[in-house]
Amino acid sequence: MQDEEILRVEHLTKRFGGVIAVDNVSFSLQKGEFLGIIGPNGSGKTTLINLITGFVKPTSGKVTFNHTDITGKAPYRIACLGVSRSFQMARAFHKLPAYKNLIVPLYSPRVKRLGGGKYGERDDVAIDLLDDLGFERDSAVPYKAAGSLPHGYLKRLDLARCMALRPDLLILDELFSGMAMSEVAATLPMIEKFNREGLTIVMAEHRLKELFRVTHRVMVLNFGQKIADGTPKEVMSREEVQKAYLGTEVEG
Amino acid sequence: MAEAVRYRKERIDRGIKARTDTIYVLSSFRDMVYLFLPRFLPIILLLLLPFFVKGGYWEKVLFYSCMFALLALSWDFMASVGLVSLGQALFFGVGAYISGGLNHYFKMPIFLTIPIATLGGALFCTLLLFSVLRLRGVYFSMVTLILPLLFAHLIETLDILGGTHGLLSLTPFPSGWLSVYLAIIGVIICLFGFRKLISEDFGLVLRGIKDDDRVVMAGGINIHWYKAQAIFIAGAVGCFAGALMTHYYQFVGRSVFALDYTVLPLAGAVLGGPGSFAGATIGTFILVPLSEVLRALGGLRMALYGVILIAALVILPEGLFHYIERRYHQFERDVRI
Amino acid sequence: MEIVIYGITNSVTLALMAIGFSLTFGISGVPNFAHGAFYLLGGILTWIFINQLGIPYLFSAILSVIIVGLLGFGLYWGLLLRLRGLVVNEVIATLAAAIVIIEVLRYMGFSGFTYVLPEFIKGSVNIGKAWLDYQRIFLVGIGVALIIILYFFTHRTRVGLSFRAIAQNERTAISLGIDSDWTAALSLAFGSALAVVAGLAILPLGSIDTEVGYDILIYALAVGIVGGLESVPGIVLASFILGFCQILVATFFKAQWLTVVTLGAIVLILAVKPSGIFGKYKELEERV
Ligand SMILES: Nc1ncnc2c1ncn2[C@@H]1O[C@H](COP(=O)(O)OP(=O)(O)OP(=O)(O)O)[C@@H](O)[C@H]1O
Ligand SMILES: [Mg+2]
Repeated sequence: MQDEEILRVEHLTKRFGGVIAVDNVSFSLQKGEFLGIIGPNGSGKTTLINLITGFVKPTSGKVTFNHTDITGKAPYRIACLGVSRSFQMARAFHKLPAYKNLIVPLYSPRVKRLGGGKYGERDDVAIDLLDDLGFERDSAVPYKAAGSLPHGYLKRLDLARCMALRPDLLILDELFSGMAMSEVAATLPMIEKFNREGLTIVMAEHRLKELFRVTHRVMVLNFGQKIADGTPKEVMSREEVQKAYLGTEVEG
Repeated sequence: MAEAVRYRKERIDRGIKARTDTIYVLSSFRDMVYLFLPRFLPIILLLLLPFFVKGGYWEKVLFYSCMFALLALSWDFMASVGLVSLGQALFFGVGAYISGGLNHYFKMPIFLTIPIATLGGALFCTLLLFSVLRLRGVYFSMVTLILPLLFAHLIETLDILGGTHGLLSLTPFPSGWLSVYLAIIGVIICLFGFRKLISEDFGLVLRGIKDDDRVVMAGGINIHWYKAQAIFIAGAVGCFAGALMTHYYQFVGRSVFALDYTVLPLAGAVLGGPGSFAGATIGTFILVPLSEVLRALGGLRMALYGVILIAALVILPEGLFHYIERRYHQFERDVRI
Repeated sequence: MEIVIYGITNSVTLALMAIGFSLTFGISGVPNFAHGAFYLLGGILTWIFINQLGIPYLFSAILSVIIVGLLGFGLYWGLLLRLRGLVVNEVIATLAAAIVIIEVLRYMGFSGFTYVLPEFIKGSVNIGKAWLDYQRIFLVGIGVALIIILYFFTHRTRVGLSFRAIAQNERTAISLGIDSDWTAALSLAFGSALAVVAGLAILPLGSIDTEVGYDILIYALAVGIVGGLESVPGIVLASFILGFCQILVATFFKAQWLTVVTLGAIVLILAVKPSGIFGKYKELEERV
């Protein structure tokens, strides 16, 4: 089970008009792995995630998940196969209570197939999930309108929404951006726990220090190209990587 | 400088003590009345109304109001999925022509034409609009706006389905009661059914599509399929209204595709407050009788609906129903500050 | 030969009907359902100016273009701005405005043979077997000129460029100091004025009937849906496709089939490429 390939990305390219947002990126992922994707702003991390999850159709290239070709498939199909993604700008149904936000993934064919979340039980399942992620069930938090929650909670709500789908592959797009230190510290162990339980996780992140605490493999993107792939230490000692990061620091 | 005495409005919940989404703890008869009155009063009123207006001119108005209420409910249902239709006349006309056509050409009895028109019409409209669902934004509105107008042109120029004369002397309802009660029960079922449906998990998914379709897609849900279902449901309601109307008048002409059947329900729903279904019903039950009173205005009535629409949008965007609801659940009092 | 000539005039007529609508929509994203109403209003205002106030034709025409343009501007400042942000309400409000205008005009009885605008240029010529009046040639001239002017306007002038900037990305445009409300109001004004120009070119060919208020809207939408709503080349192409199909069908079958062509084209395009031939509505990938 350990050495089974779960995701394979081959020569993936996406152009937006003149911009090549993702340029011939290839990598593969073993089951249970924890991959970090880093890179300066605008380097194509989000676009890569969008390409894998079907939100953006690739110009060329191929994505294989669990030995099925998912290139350019509709997002809901990919989600139902077990790829769950969070959004960089936490998205939620602001008018609904937080726990009702999870009803949508719980209603999906995937969860129906895997069991759990039958009619009338979904609310309980949702509250259980939120409870695990620090929305205490006895407090008022899970019942508040999502729009009234602080940003850190929204991010975690997004994570809960991903987990509600019972994914095989979890893709997180800058989960920690905008979270307070304490919130990050509280969330990290949860993600680690998911990974220990066998979930494959891909995480695009700017907060390198936190990321390197949980991941053993990092992929670096710059201007859409993959410039490095390896353990955090290896990668950060590479000259191109340092240059890429330095470059943006000077500009920004 | 004299200090002006200023007041601030304070709102206090009038509600019963323990109240969550689904569980009510009823502690007194008063609570029970408080809770059930707004639900049962309209039902009882609607069911009793035909006795008061029996056979007269106002029975027709009542029937009419129900027709438009059905169309408004159907509009509101689609709007809560984020599909803003400007063509309720499409559903209405399709239903009307299917039942009329079946009755006229195949001599089918009423108890067949109406169900067939309801389901078949809904299916037809869903297929017709299915591809538009892929587009976001106002595209849907535009397509729904022109389709009924084009259908009207089509029937006129091709001289099919009775052409400009329409299909005459169709089977009437066996009794006036039947037609009015079918309409009223239709309204009640739709009103409460939609309210229930939209608060169920299925309804949450539909509302989710309106709020943020990306999140719904990421949740593994095929939004097009759910939108199609919503159109089917809304279309069935609209087609049902059209079929009823056909047999009520024993006539169907291309006027069933007219803009009236789009604009009045729209005005009713917007006036009453979109998203609550009760608002749509209240709105049409105000507007239709009003426009009967204002019969003397003739052609200007349409213009009046336009004015009402704009006024409602600008002055009371939340709609009458939400306003009434707030008043029912909350005291308001002025507090000196 | 006649087919070509009639086809061209018909196509340009369609393009003229649609161009104002799609200009506005392309820039500000406001579907101006009052387009047809403004078209009609422009024609009737001109008629009033000529026949009741005795103003010369050219002045009347210019005056009504300006007045309706201002009305379009007012529609945005006065009404849509209050609803800005809620697309639903914008859609409903412009449709409501259209209905108010058209129905009031209908109530006032502006329909029928008395309400005829004079032709700009009288007379006609024979080209081959086709019989072509000068007004139609004039119409084609106006149509072609408008399309060219529009192209230069949006690609060369400051206002035009800011139009395109808004159309492409409203937020970035705002951050660059382009006032999006002002631009949107201007776009509505231009679109409305274009509706009147189209009306003044087309209406003299027949008498004014309030029903055209709705018909023009249908045609504008039909052309837009087939061609792709926010694209000028799409509009032109769609007008030509629809225009020629209509003429072909009318010559070889029956004139009644005109609507069938339009409806058929819409249904077909919706099934095959719902965003229209040149439309990018679906293809535009939103950033997530
Ligand atoms: N929908 C789009 N249309 C046009 N260009 C886009 C689109 N999405 C992304 N881009 C461009 O693609 C490039 C990569 O963007 P992307 O959002 O993937 O970067 P990122 O690594 O996620 O950056 P950040 O760290 O800021 O989130 C950028 O230049 C961006 O402008
Ligand atoms: Mg990103």
